[in-house]
Order: sequence, then C-alpha cells, then structure tokens
Amino acid sequence: MQREAAVTIFERGAPGRRAFQCPALDVPEVDPGELLPAHLLRAAPPRLPEVSEPELVRHYVRLSKRNFDLDSGFYPLGSCTMKHNPRLHERVAALPGHARLHPLQDPPRAQGALELMYNLQQALAEISGLPHVSLQPSAGSHGELAGVLLTRAYHEDRGETRHRILTPDTAHGTNPATVTMAGFEVLALATNAEGGIDMDDLRAKADEDIACLMLTNPNTLGLFDPNIAEIAEIVHGVGATLYYDGANLNAVMGLSRPGDMGFDIVHFNLHKSFTQPHGGGGPGSGPIAVSERIAPYLPMPIVVRREAEGAQSNGKASAGAAAPIFDLDHGRGLMEARVGSRSIGRLRGFQGNYGCFVRAYAYICSLGAEGLKDASETAVLNANYLLARLRNETHPPLAEYLPLAYGKLCLHEFVLSGGPMKRELGLKTLDLAKRLLDHGFHPPTVYFPLLVDEALMVEPTETETRETLDAFAEAIAAILREAAEDPEIARGAPYTTPVRRLDEVAAAKNPVIRQAL
Amino acid sequence: MLDAIGVGSVQEIFDSQIPAPVRLGRALDLPAGLPEQDVYEHLRELARRNVSAEDELCFLGAGMYDHYVPALVDMLLERSEFLTPYTPYQPEISQGGLQVMYEYQTAISELTGLAVSNASVYEGPSAVASAGYMAKLHNGRSRFVASAGLHPHSLATLRTYAHGFGAEVVEVPLRDGLTDIDAWSGAIDGDTGAVFFAQPNFYGLVEDAPALSAAAKAAGLGEGAPGSGGSGGGPAGQAPPVVIAQVDPITLGLLAPPGECGVDVAVGEGQSLGNRLDYGGPSFGFFAAREEFLRRMPGRIAGETRDVDGRRGFVLTLQTREQHIRRAKATSNICTSQALNALAGVVYLSWLGRRGFAELGRLLLARTHYARNALVALEGVEALHPLSRPAVREFALRLDADVAAVRERCAAQGVNPGADLHALTGREEDRGGLLVAITERRTRAHIDRLADVLGAAVAAERQGQAVGAS
Repeated sequence: MQREAAVTIFERGAPGRRAFQCPALDVPEVDPGELLPAHLLRAAPPRLPEVSEPELVRHYVRLSKRNFDLDSGFYPLGSCTMKHNPRLHERVAALPGHARLHPLQDPPRAQGALELMYNLQQALAEISGLPHVSLQPSAGSHGELAGVLLTRAYHEDRGETRHRILTPDTAHGTNPATVTMAGFEVLALATNAEGGIDMDDLRAKADEDIACLMLTNPNTLGLFDPNIAEIAEIVHGVGATLYYDGANLNAVMGLSRPGDMGFDIVHFNLHKSFTQPHGGGGPGSGPIAVSERIAPYLPMPIVVRREAEGAQSNGKASAGAAAPIFDLDHGRGLMEARVGSRSIGRLRGFQGNYGCFVRAYAYICSLGAEGLKDASETAVLNANYLLARLRNETHPPLAEYLPLAYGKLCLHEFVLSGGPMKRELGLKTLDLAKRLLDHGFHPPTVYFPLLVDEALMVEPTETETRETLDAFAEAIAAILREAAEDPEIARGAPYTTPVRRLDEVAAAKNPVIRQAL
Repeated sequence: MLDAIGVGSVQEIFDSQIPAPVRLGRALDLPAGLPEQDVYEHLRELARRNVSAEDELCFLGAGMYDHYVPALVDMLLERSEFLTPYTPYQPEISQGGLQVMYEYQTAISELTGLAVSNASVYEGPSAVASAGYMAKLHNGRSRFVASAGLHPHSLATLRTYAHGFGAEVVEVPLRDGLTDIDAWSGAIDGDTGAVFFAQPNFYGLVEDAPALSAAAKAAGLGEGAPGSGGSGGGPAGQAPPVVIAQVDPITLGLLAPPGECGVDVAVGEGQSLGNRLDYGGPSFGFFAAREEFLRRMPGRIAGETRDVDGRRGFVLTLQTREQHIRRAKATSNICTSQALNALAGVVYLSWLGRRGFAELGRLLLARTHYARNALVALEGVEALHPLSRPAVREFALRLDADVAAVRERCAAQGVNPGADLHALTGREEDRGGLLVAITERRTRAHIDRLADVLGAAVAAERQGQAVGAS
C-alpha cells in the first residue's frame, strides 16, 4: 500500500486549473444580481480544489491504494458478512434503464423497476417467512427504526401505551440506540451460560409495559437461541412484538425463517447477506418484512401487482394485454396518510435504495433457492472449520490462549476471548488485530460483544477457500508464537501499513475535521 | 473440513444448533439459480422496460436531477479499494477512505459555510428528520415548526421520526410560493425547539433565508420579528430554536451559504453531486452544523491526527457519540451510511472545481430563466407563482388542462415535461401544477422542444375539454 505522506485534494493543484468544461451558454446570460438581492447571493465562490483531470484521477487512485479491501484479502469482520461482491451486479446496476431512471417516472414507464422491486419483495418475504415487505429503509439501523416505529404504531392503534423495549446485552449497538431514538426506554436482558437469553431474566422483565423484544438470531456470539419458541411465547404473551435483527441472516437462509420462529418484524441488510458492496461504509439497504398484524402500519409506498385488464401500451413497454401491471401503492393517498392512515408514513425520499435492490435481486436470481441455502451452509461450515482449525492448533495451544467464549460449535461466526492471551502473553486483542495487518489480513471485529473479555468476533463467510482459512489460522498461531518470544513486536504493530498506530485520543480531544483553506 | 470440526456432515452442525420445529424442512419457494449471462439478460430486459432519462427528454426533478456524472466518478467508484471495504474500523489500512471522508467534510463545510460536517447520512429527507432529532437532544424542546416549502417527502419523514421521539410538527403555509413570514413568526414560540425551511424551496423559489432565520430566532426569544404577529416567546435566557435548512447543494455556487444566513444546521440531498438517479437511491445526505453541535452530530466523522512515527493520518473520531460505543445514549442509531456516494460527491466537486462550480450555477440559472419565460408564454400555461420570485434551477407552472393527460401526451412525444405537483403534495393550490427542472444536460434546443410539445399537448387537451363541454 501507498506509504507516502498524506496530501489532500485541497492541497493539490494551482489557481485556474480545472477538469470540467462547462457546456456553452446557449441562452441569454442572466445577471444573478438583477434577479436576486445581494444578501441572497454568494459573495465569493466556494474554495473547491483547482485540479486537472489527470491530477484528480491520480490523487484518488493513489488514495485508493491506502485502503485494504475485500478483493485484495480476507476480511473476517464479525457481523458484517464480508462476502464476495460479484461484478455482474455492478454491470447490471449501471445499465441506463436502471441507473438513469428518475424516481418520479410514472409507474407505467417504470415497469421493469417495479417488477424488480416486486420480485425482490416476494423473495424476501419467502426467505424471512413474513408476508409483507417494505424496501424503503436505507440501511439496517434504518430498518430497525422502521421496526420500532411499527411497534409503536401497533400498540397505539390498540390504545396501549408501552414504554420499554428489551434488548439482550449481546445486541448490536444499533438496537438500543434505535430504541431511544424511537422514544422508548431500553431494558437489557442478561445472557445465560450457554450464550442465549437468560430465560429467568426474560420472565422477570416481560410485562405489559414491554413494547418489543429486539433479538438477533443467531446472536452476535454466532449462536442460535434454542429457546426461541418459548421466547416468542413469553413476548407475545405480554402483547409485545418480536423484532429480528437480520444482520446475521447469512447463517440461516433457506434453513430457518424468522417468521417461523415467531418474529413479527425483520430487517434485512442487503449489504450483508445479499452482496451489496459495502462501499467503505455504505450504501446499504435495510428492507423490512412483517407479519399480518403489523402490515397495516408499513411505510409507504409499497410495490403492488395488479392483474391487467386490457393493459394499454405504455411507452417502450412491450407488455401484452395480459401482462400484470406493477404500481406504487401510496396507501390511502397522501392527504389521508396525514390524518388517519395507519401507516407510520415515510422514512425517506422516494422508493429506497433501488441500486441496491438491483444488486440483491441479481444475487438472488444467480443463486436461487438451492444456492442461498448452500451459501448459508458453506458460511457455517467455514466458520466451524476455522474455529476447529484454531482450536486444534497446538503450537501454541490456541484453545488455551483464545478460547471460544460460548458453546462448542457455532453458526456463521464465532467469538473468541483474548483474555487468557492478554494475561499469559501480555498481548491484548488490539495488538493481535494490529499484527494481523502486517500479515495481510483484515482483523475480526474486536471488543464486541461487550460481555466477552477482549472479544474477537470472526465471520469468514462462504466465499473463502479452505486455503485462506488455513492461512489465517496459521497467521494467528505465528503471531502468538512470536509474542511468546517477544510481545513488544505485536504491541508495536503494524509496521507495513500506510501509517502506523494513530493517536485517536488526540483526534477526539482536539478535533480537526476539515482542512483549513 | 468436516473431520477437523469433528462432525459427519454440515447437517449435524445445524441439528446441534437449531431446534427442529423452527427448521424450514423444505426448499425455499424461489426459482432455481441462473448462470451469469442469463441473469444479465433478465436484468437487461427489466431495464429495457423502464423509460429512463437516456430514452426521453427528462425535465423531472423534485429532489433528484439528471445531472451529468463524469466518467472518472464511475471509474473511481468501481475500484475494489473503494467499493469493497467496510467502515474504516482499522484506520491503519483505511487511510484512503478516511481521507476521502475528511476531504468530503471539508468540501461540505466550505459549500455550506458551516464549521462541522459529518461523513454523510442516508439521503435528503431522513437528514432533515435526523436534524430534528439532534435539535431535540440539544434543547430538549419538542415542538417543531416547518415551512410548507420543504420537500413533501422531507415533511413526511420528519413527521414519522418526530412521532417516535415525541415531537409535534406544525406546518407553516406559503404565500405566493414563499414561506409566509408572518405565519412563520406567529407559529414559533418559546417551546419551539427547531424550525425548518428549504432553500430553494420545493417549488424552486429562493427563500429569504436570512429573514426566516432572524424571524425564527426573534420569535423564539419572544421578541417578535419585525412586522410579524409573533406573540410567543420563551423564558428569559433560553436559547432560540435551532434553525435547520434543507439546501440544494448545486445552487451553492450562486446562493449565499446557509452559514451566512443564520442557519444552524444545513442538510440535504447530495444526489446532484456526482450521483446517478438510480430510481431514487442510493445517493447521500449531507449534514453540516455550527461548531456547538459537533458532539451531538449523527454519523461518522473523520478527524486528522498523527501516528506513532509522527506521520499525518486520519481516524474515525468523536465515536463516543455513536451507537457502537454509547448504545442507548448514542446521538443517533446510524451505522452504515453512504460512504461510496459521498466519495462520488467530493470527486464531482473537485472535478467541477472552484470556477466550474460557479459557472455551472450560472448556466443553470440562465437556462432556468430562459425555460420559465418560454413556457409561461405558451397558451394555457402560466407561472404558478409570481415571476418576480426568482428560481434558479426548477420552477412551477400551472396548466389550464388536466396535468396527467398533458403529461401522457408529452410522453408519447418522448418528452417528460416535469412532475405533477398535486400528485406529490396533495395540496389543493397545487392542482394543475407542473414542476419543471433544468440541468446542464437540458440545452436550449431541448427547452425549445419542451415548449413545442407542452404547448401542443396543452392546446390539444383544452380543445378536447372544450369539445367535451359543448
């Protein structure tokens, strides 16, 4: 990777340089000063960079080489499902019929897009076992917000006011954050010795003031809660909803469905299970699927299929008379939505992150029913193999230094504790993670879940080979062997990266978050 | 691999983990998988059934616009190093992405004239709603006053969010297309935690942003704005409401930056900046504010620092605001946002450059002016709002004919003349309204063609109506 000193785009170029050539002014010029009063006009143009196209390209290509990425190496970031992103998806998403389609194009002239969204809704309903889908939420956390607002609407519609939502202490941080943002209070649930929900704690806390239980299953320990049926019974018994955080859906596609487990609401992370590229932190997409009793409150619009009767020929659409018509259902109309519709309303503009829908849909078409199941099975196989490979390593005995936090087997990911390693080798999880960078690996998620001491959360995904898993296990063994000799090496890592350990404390204490111009 | 694990089959792992009653026990009811080229053909066929801005002359806007996206944006976004990593949790191997965020934040701060910007939020309307939540965290007050000039999707999204965290949204009407300043001042009282307006507003008109900000601060303090009927007012010493503006970034080469208009928080839809239409997303939302809001901002923020060798570097900073650290006490639940789309934004702004950005703003202004004059000259077409109210990239017309029917006639001629306003807002005063957007891709010849086609369509519809009536 690039190790040159960091220079920003604002520090490059020279006055007068440019890449853009403005189209010719082909209409009479307008003096802004004649049209608008001075106090509404910008006095001086914003100080944007002044660079030529070659400089611009070189700057960002060089910057790109200061990033590690999934196409270059193993990226076992737990709960993030860093699986391969097929390039076909970029190609089809870029087709002008998708990429240059305006969101307000009339439905008769957007039939391809609406059919795609309808098919995706149907597929997600089938995968989740919940019949009604909204594609609108922009990411997992946005889907969570939708789910909690749906819960609120559900209870309000029944004339109930509930104040608290249960989240296990293993939950993703987005769960409790969402609860607060949607106006509820968080009540944490303890984890039992097996890594599941402490059932006594649940029974004690479940009452008529509980609006919802938000659960990830398999949870962030990579474990499926064996008591899920009873959990659902208790939660439904007090009239609350059961919410499924779909971040870990990659473990169970085609094998077990949230709807069949008793969940009322689920969100999907299209950028996890369904290969929308992660983009360095987005875009994501977080559709939700819900049960019948939650359906009336879904955000609008939803794509619906209407049977055509003498369908008229629309624009380029070559639909025959019998072809179905796809449409956007805005609920009971915009005005009604304001005063009395049961929908929670909009969560964002337009129809959602359609570009992500194209990619996810292409993925589902490529894999089909069997392929999705195979993906989950292989993800689970890979995770258990890597876990076994680490456990079976005797030089050094990794099972002693990095024990599995809970259970014996796992689903798509597992959590190790670096506690013994820290005590016996003087190596923190952070040091191991940083030393892995020198070995060319992205580290696992570290220090999460919070209840595991020095946690390392490993999710290899189904798209890695056995050789890669072996090499990763060998790198961890090598780092611990090295640490047994001299822990200072890992404590000072990394050495080969564009920069070495950065002073995050100073960055937060005296924030410099933009270039002085 | 199974031997190493110590099981006979993958099935055995699942048997040990998932209770039988919640196992699916059948194949998913989905079609069988397809080879790559078949999937390509299927997706191409679906694309073909859409009429995109590639296929017709598109004057649709209303929040997303058919701007030209330079080739280098596509090229950079397809690079594996930007496309395939995730959030830069390991800064030593994520300097590229982190520096992009820092550059992006710099560009957004510079455009908006506000001291701090985050690294992106989802998109425009939810950015407005998130700003409302931040205001609630800031001053604890739960009454919002919002101009009807906000995008209807922004108003709707704000209401959705506000209902959750317990805030009331009071809508202030427009007068002749601009926020009614008397009603605005009158609606704002000492309990008002935040006020919202759009610049330019949803109808394309330029608001007197400094006046709206000043009126809000005065009314919130109980002073009453000059010439207003404001009678509210909070307890002495109380901070005024947070002034939040939804801003169209492409206009900021021309219009005064929000930071110089008394605005505390500027948010908006970033699609115009180097992002394709994509039928509505993904794009990015931007979120900039005065310094005092820094520790309550939602989303990722990149900051500059040094490594152990003294080398300049970048990290995610102020993470104690965020959900993965603060959980229930976080300032937002946002995690994944729109890093790749924000990259497109900063590359696009750098491509336009200091001069190009201003030139583009003036070109849009001139063509908008030309188009507005050409179209209101048509028989049966008038300006929805007084022509004295300036528009810079989009404007509203009123057709003396059924808008849906006119739009269908235009579509048959390969022209999408703009958005049906009433269908978007549901407002009675928007009946007959057509919202026309201009980008640098719409030349004078295109505008002339729009005038011909729209004029003919309106004439044909009026004739039809006249025949029907007689």
